[in-house]
Amino acid sequence: MEKFVTLSAIAAALPEANIDTDKIIPARFLKTTQRTGLGKHAFDAMRYLPDGTENPDFVLNQQPWRKAEILVTYDNLGCGSSREHAPWALLDFGIRCVIAPSFADIFFNNCFKNGILPIRLPREVCDELMGDAQMGSNARLTVDLPRQVVIRPNGEEVPFEIDAFRKHLLLEGLDDIGQTLKHESNITTYEKRRDQEKSWLPTIHFD
Amino acid sequence: MAARTLFDKIWDDHVVETLPDGTSILYIDRHLIHEVTSPQAFEGLRLAGRRLRHPERTVAVVDHNVPTSDRSQPIEEADSRNQIETLERNVKEFGVPYFPLLSANQGIVHVVGPEQGISLPGMTIVCGDSHTSTHGALGSLAFGIGTSEVEHVMATQTILQRPAKNMRVSVDGTPGAGVSAKDIMLAIIGHIGTAGGTGHVIEFAGSAIRGLDMAGRMTICNMAIEAGARAGLVAPDETTFDYVRNRPFAPKGEGFDQAVAYWKTLASDEGAHFDREVTLRAEDIGPTLTWGTSPETVLAITDTVPDPAQETDEAVKAQMQRMLDYMGLEAGQKIAGTPVDVVFIGSCTNSRIEDLRMAAQIAAGRKVAPGVRAMIVPGSGNVKRQAEEEGLDRIFLDAGFEWREAGCSMCLGMNPDRLTPGQRCASTSNRNFEGRQGPGGRTHLLSPAMAAAAAVTGCLTDVRELA
Ligand code: SF4
Repeated sequence: MEKFVTLSAIAAALPEANIDTDKIIPARFLKTTQRTGLGKHAFDAMRYLPDGTENPDFVLNQQPWRKAEILVTYDNLGCGSSREHAPWALLDFGIRCVIAPSFADIFFNNCFKNGILPIRLPREVCDELMGDAQMGSNARLTVDLPRQVVIRPNGEEVPFEIDAFRKHLLLEGLDDIGQTLKHESNITTYEKRRDQEKSWLPTIHFD
Repeated sequence: MAARTLFDKIWDDHVVETLPDGTSILYIDRHLIHEVTSPQAFEGLRLAGRRLRHPERTVAVVDHNVPTSDRSQPIEEADSRNQIETLERNVKEFGVPYFPLLSANQGIVHVVGPEQGISLPGMTIVCGDSHTSTHGALGSLAFGIGTSEVEHVMATQTILQRPAKNMRVSVDGTPGAGVSAKDIMLAIIGHIGTAGGTGHVIEFAGSAIRGLDMAGRMTICNMAIEAGARAGLVAPDETTFDYVRNRPFAPKGEGFDQAVAYWKTLASDEGAHFDREVTLRAEDIGPTLTWGTSPETVLAITDTVPDPAQETDEAVKAQMQRMLDYMGLEAGQKIAGTPVDVVFIGSCTNSRIEDLRMAAQIAAGRKVAPGVRAMIVPGSGNVKRQAEEEGLDRIFLDAGFEWREAGCSMCLGMNPDRLTPGQRCASTSNRNFEGRQGPGGRTHLLSPAMAAAAAVTGCLTDVRELA
């Protein structure tokens, strides 16, 4: 997983509440065999017109927000199903940080699993950040995870909360696998004992 | 040391380390993978530059998506073909042992594992599929996992888990005529409910369970998940050892003797603590089937469909009515005599040679009723071959059954074998959820013998009348 330390990037405003996982990635794209490649279908229904062309009114189809890495929305972002395809689609589009007054639980967790930082900020603050996000090429926010602040274009710093363990995982770029691998010497020790005590355990090789 | 259960012993034996928050890093002896839940896990490894820690402790098969018709033809459905081809590329790149579609050993992952001796007693076994509980019949701790966990096991050969609670379901006595493992398990689920095992690993015990062959024990453990349990277990005994001996990947010679000595230590100790105990009498169980869209909605074949009006709880009443409407049944009607359109004998619950023999016994010398489509789908290429050696294919074909290639088939609507809306199916599979076998399809779960009886009479039938 890619580390998340500081991010200075274009922010896009999606002033909607209850953006559900179906909006983030519709069910028909789940038959994929990949985690990547879902970015072109992120927000599919909002992003494309019925004839398949881009909807010019949708923010992520406009400059500079085509390159947005931060998304600011209203309440209950990511409600709906548990599909990990939702954060996969955001990440593939390029989103590394989502800011909202509240999130659906599973989506919130799934973001961390995939190296996306979800930040909870009060509705009024989200309104201010949305204002910042509408400043064209100046729509740039800086997220400083070590100091736990979002820095606005005017230099104002907005503090946010994050669970210490999760912060650590993001800063180090560690997923569960990375965490477990820190205990690798213990796994190796276990395996040595296992191979001795249960030498009869077969391994699988086909010709 | 305090008295321990079978589950406790296998658990203790596989804990690498317990972390301060109570989560354990649990060592995994065997990882089984298939085409549906593995692609993103492989991709995750690739993106992180990781390899499988132990490809030689991993085995891959294709089962969910595969057509069960002529294998010489290319797979028509593009999504399915893509998932299969993706698995084939992945196993090559990561060096994972793989039974391809055209291998004689191909089949449903939960049939292939035990059959090949890849799954053994005392092991921890995981697979990205909830019916991994099947392998618990060998006395192994086997459970299903999600795609992120699949990747975790690939990379670390471990999984992060908290211990389950212990539950014991004992079935004592001698089952009556026409009663097999499937009837016993449906009765258990009917008794404890689909949430009855939540948070627990269920050890199945008692003389009726001990008396089952391995196929029967697999049927029972397969559906432990339908009772909400994390896994099912049967203590390994002589029946188990006889089954495992001489399997292709089982230990041989002295190694086998050492293994048996170890496996014998695994049985639950006298006085071990179970958080929950349930006891059933085999004599109370008749041929059993489901009437609704949850596996706990069971009936004896001699019963009538329950009446929602008898229910006091409004939510339950409404749910029952919805099930009756979906299933096209009337409250109070006799379940026997309900006409069926399709009969499906297969799935990881009931597609082993013993299951096919039970069905063949009923089918022999009879004909599939007019208008009924009846399919036999062996659980693996090996089951199919053995059945052909025993002449079971002739019995089925003469009776008018379809004799198909191995796969998940009509257990779920992911391959071409599907019900059409409104079709009623007598099925030996494990889930009767709405749309499970195809949108609008109506599923009655029952035993292979009962399914065969439905095929030849054209309706749900008490198999004892055909004996
Ligand atoms: S047979 Fe059915 S339950 Fe078993 S693995 Fe296949 S789809 Fe799942």
